[in-house]
Amino acid sequence: MKIFIPTPLRVYVNKQDAVQVNANTVGEALSALTSQHPDLKKHLYSDEGKLRAFVNVYLNDEDVRYLPEKEATQVKEEDSLSIIPSIAGGCQPHGR
Amino acid sequence: MLKLSEPIYNALRKHGEETYPHECCGVLLGRSHDGVNEVADAVRAGNTRTDSAHNRYHIAPQELVRIQRQGRERGLDIVGFYHSHPDHPAQWSKTDFAEAHWLGCSYVITAVEKGVAKQTNSFLLTGTTEEGKSFEDEVIQVEELVAERC
Repeated sequence: MKIFIPTPLRVYVNKQDAVQVNANTVGEALSALTSQHPDLKKHLYSDEGKLRAFVNVYLNDEDVRYLPEKEATQVKEEDSLSIIPSIAGGCQPHGR
Repeated sequence: MLKLSEPIYNALRKHGEETYPHECCGVLLGRSHDGVNEVADAVRAGNTRTDSAHNRYHIAPQELVRIQRQGRERGLDIVGFYHSHPDHPAQWSKTDFAEAHWLGCSYVITAVEKGVAKQTNSFLLTGTTEEGKSFEDEVIQVEELVAERC
């Protein structure tokens, strides 16, 4: 299956916009990704081994966090994962 | 440097005027090369922070997945984002910085005063890690589109 890599992380996957992995579950796919490209791991995971809060992983068009099986969700070859860092912000009433 | 055409520059500013007094937000699609984020399109996005839209914005990751897919089909990458600051300077806030994670991308902010777009600034999110990131002021090069002679 294909894992789409966001622009900030492509430097760790030889500048590819997508990486092909073999996996049966979401978790296996992410493990395969970081095994192939170890430098990616610290950008995706905390020291405790959990996905960083601002890293969203989508299986096709669904947030893995909200799937019943989460990272144990089974995947098919034609499925894709997208790694999407959060985007948010806003002005504040005082100062910078 | 952020490079974009005049129509795109005007469009992202106009978006802020239309959503005033709320913050607008959107995605910049284009290509990055030699230290330049060159914008080919600015795609409007929904602000999910309906609870505090006057001073907060958030783009749903699901929408980013869709926009990224559309960009991919056009050979374009996400090179930045834009949002507006209603009645507030076009400078990044602590919240903007804390919530910025797309290293190498441009963050464009437009100050909208009483419904009128004023200053637009761009900030490049530099660094190689979340812990080492910083915003740097970035030059915006606005290019006029010149009509071709037939």
